[in-house]
Amino acid sequence: MGKELNLKLKVWRQDNTDDSGRFEEYDAKGIDTDMSFLEMLDVVNEGLNEDGKEPIAFDSDCREGICGSCSMVINGVPHGGQQGTTACQLHMRHFSDGMTITIEPWRASAFPVQRDLVVDRTAFDRIQQAGGFVSVRTGSVPDANATPVPKEDADLAMDAAQCIGCGACVAACKNASAMLFVAAKVSHLSLVPQGQPERERRALAMVQKMDEEGFGSCTVTGSCEAVCPKQISLDFIARMNREYGCALIKKGTV
Amino acid sequence: MNLDAKIPSGPIAQKWDKHRFDLNLVNPANKRKYEVIVVGSGLAGASAAASLAELGYNVKCFCYQDSPRRAHSIAAQGGINAAKNYQNDGDSVYRLFYDTVKGGDYRSREANVYRLAQVSVNIIDQCAAQGVPFAREYGGLLANRSFGGAQVSRTFYARGQTGQQLLLGAYSALSRQIGLGKVKMYTRTELLDVVLVDGQAKGIVVRNMVTGEISRHSAHAVVLATGGYGNVFYLSTNAMGCNVTATHRAYKRGAAFANPCYTQIHPTCIPVSGDHQSKLTLMSESLRNDGRVWVPKSPDVAEKIRKGELHPSNVTDAERDYYLERKYPSFGNLVPRDVASRNSKEVCDEGRGVVSSGLGVYLDFADAINRMGESTVRERYGNLFDMYEKITGSNAYQNPMTIYPAVHYTMGGLWVDYNLMSNIPGLFVIGEANFSEHGANRLGASALMQGLADGYFVLPYTIGQYLADGGPDNRPDPDSSEFTGTEDEVRSRIDKLLSIKGKRTPTSFHRELGQIIWEKCGMARNKSGLEEAIRKIPELREEFWSNLNVPGENASINQSLELAGRVADFLEFGELMCRDALQREESCGGHFREEHQTAEGEAKRDDENFAFVGAWEYKGDQNEPQLHKESLEYEEVKMTQRSYK
Repeated sequence: MGKELNLKLKVWRQDNTDDSGRFEEYDAKGIDTDMSFLEMLDVVNEGLNEDGKEPIAFDSDCREGICGSCSMVINGVPHGGQQGTTACQLHMRHFSDGMTITIEPWRASAFPVQRDLVVDRTAFDRIQQAGGFVSVRTGSVPDANATPVPKEDADLAMDAAQCIGCGACVAACKNASAMLFVAAKVSHLSLVPQGQPERERRALAMVQKMDEEGFGSCTVTGSCEAVCPKQISLDFIARMNREYGCALIKKGTV
Repeated sequence: MNLDAKIPSGPIAQKWDKHRFDLNLVNPANKRKYEVIVVGSGLAGASAAASLAELGYNVKCFCYQDSPRRAHSIAAQGGINAAKNYQNDGDSVYRLFYDTVKGGDYRSREANVYRLAQVSVNIIDQCAAQGVPFAREYGGLLANRSFGGAQVSRTFYARGQTGQQLLLGAYSALSRQIGLGKVKMYTRTELLDVVLVDGQAKGIVVRNMVTGEISRHSAHAVVLATGGYGNVFYLSTNAMGCNVTATHRAYKRGAAFANPCYTQIHPTCIPVSGDHQSKLTLMSESLRNDGRVWVPKSPDVAEKIRKGELHPSNVTDAERDYYLERKYPSFGNLVPRDVASRNSKEVCDEGRGVVSSGLGVYLDFADAINRMGESTVRERYGNLFDMYEKITGSNAYQNPMTIYPAVHYTMGGLWVDYNLMSNIPGLFVIGEANFSEHGANRLGASALMQGLADGYFVLPYTIGQYLADGGPDNRPDPDSSEFTGTEDEVRSRIDKLLSIKGKRTPTSFHRELGQIIWEKCGMARNKSGLEEAIRKIPELREEFWSNLNVPGENASINQSLELAGRVADFLEFGELMCRDALQREESCGGHFREEHQTAEGEAKRDDENFAFVGAWEYKGDQNEPQLHKESLEYEEVKMTQRSYK
């Protein structure tokens, strides 16, 4: 057992997408510093449920920082401001007794709020469906070692590929841009030989879809990189811009 | 009940080839006339949905998460096995087959395991072609690591995130088919029942978790890829949403549930820190390569540590008991998962545990740091040490890690034949949801292998036979009485959950059930404990249905309602699990009956009486389920007592 904290929460409550929403205040009492942030919310929710009130809706699943479900802005910072950490891995030992904590959903027009802290991130899926893949049928592939991949390329591809698709980058960006998310996928596949045949198509299709979904433009403030729980580098945005530019030139539109 | 496994005849190495030739095919032009429902989008579900769509079938895929990319396969850390023999160290399909049968403590089907080992090599090719960034050597070729229960190096990996990368590969294949319009994806949609028409599975009833809308979906066949039931324990390494509803509902519609008592308890998890704990976090098995497991020899010393009066680094070597090294000199800290877990429990039961709850042992890297230097340890395990520090606030370079076993994987599941079809025609079950190829214990890095084998390379062939036999007209109208009747049952169940308006939350029931199962049907089980659980669970179930409080309504996101429905099914399923553990009067793999152990306290199998798959048939809520047996024949592998001494 760690120490105990008594906290005040200001939580965004919204019944559905059409509701205008409001902040409501709750007491979080006797919170053990060994709890995760979401376990603290579980405790508050149990109390609400016991009183017959509707608990605060929020997304979470794996609770070990890899599924990308959890999505809340804590005191103004997506995932709460501990570097390289999702909200589910954020622990209460980083908070002090008597604090007021403000909790909001991701805010971006491409991520409409569905209820309380739950948002609709299917726009990310649609961007992937536009081109975030290698077109390869099950079974029609060569032996895995037939195509060597330089270790440096594979490692860099892995740096990009570890994006968990949580959307914190969009939530942190003043323009609600999805560039870091799209750049991670475009970079990952442009760095491995298997991704080469569709390299240009992919960059063009994913960027086009990103724009259609209503994400804003990138002005390279770097807020996305600062909050990314997987610490995906801003360099990948530069890489995607190059991929996109080269694709436009090859296509003859520039 | 007919439990014909439909194992093809002939030598084991030729069974799958011959079977594929014997299977009926659906003409390419006819495939678009068929529709298949896939429930779940993890490794098994996503790979199956994508592969079926590539073949030309129309697929509807359902998941409860907001995106198919979030299924819990994503959390697998260590790796995926394949008999590639890229290391030239003597690996082969036969060796992987042999290791898996032995690791499963001789309770799996030989023919299925052999096929798994055969297709394992295709999986790596497939994933590499999708662009999965596997670890590589400087020459550009794939790297391997070794894992528990094997003497060859056959595990492929992508840092500590292999499950994530494989799932994103399958998700990308699925996304491509969604984009092409061949798969219709339903996210935030939960299966609430399976619909049978003339004894065949022909559809499902689902709830849209955003709007509460209940809808019926009919198809030519239904594939369940809905994962395991580890959350029956309340605390496990499973994701919060993992549940037994799909497989349990299918069981109540007549599908046999096989070996529910086989659960895997993983030895290296972070210990529980308090009552608030919502889930447990696994630390990769690879840590046992260099960490040494110990507790104090004397309970008095342990007591001082628990009270914070003594720091572990001040405990002298003479006062420490490196119990795995002492008891298993040849395997030491690398004994299989079930053995390591049971020994941790044993020393903690003796009062020698070292965390405040008494349920924890040390995994100490001090010697490794002295031997190799901190930088080498950081290179190998840095991400795990970071994760440990995030959760516990303790620096494992300076203090020994504390670990304790936790529920991690369930080997049991719906019974399937060689074609992965349950005893209900048209109901296919893949991945962790079926009773699988792992017997009574799964080896590390084999879950990813099985999920992808089923989805990419087995089901797409075997389902064709069923579809071809039925023909394209064999798809009922979703407005037929079977569908509307099932929908009515689903609706009245939801209404019931919302109308009880008692005093207790769904979580409080879930936690109480979990405590019963963990204590009576966890790492060690005995007759009287299991009988007690079988008495207590129905009482708890009764209280659930009279004293539950679910606030809110159906027509919006209502996470209490979702949980209540899942807990209701766990409350029925938990009892079945205990019944299975009670009937299995032997110890094997993850199932340890205290009455059945050797003089040294090791698991003692009874091959004469228990070399069978225990498959349970639902007989109504008021009656006990009936046990059916599929006997296991071993033609290739000789059954022996596992020894890791």
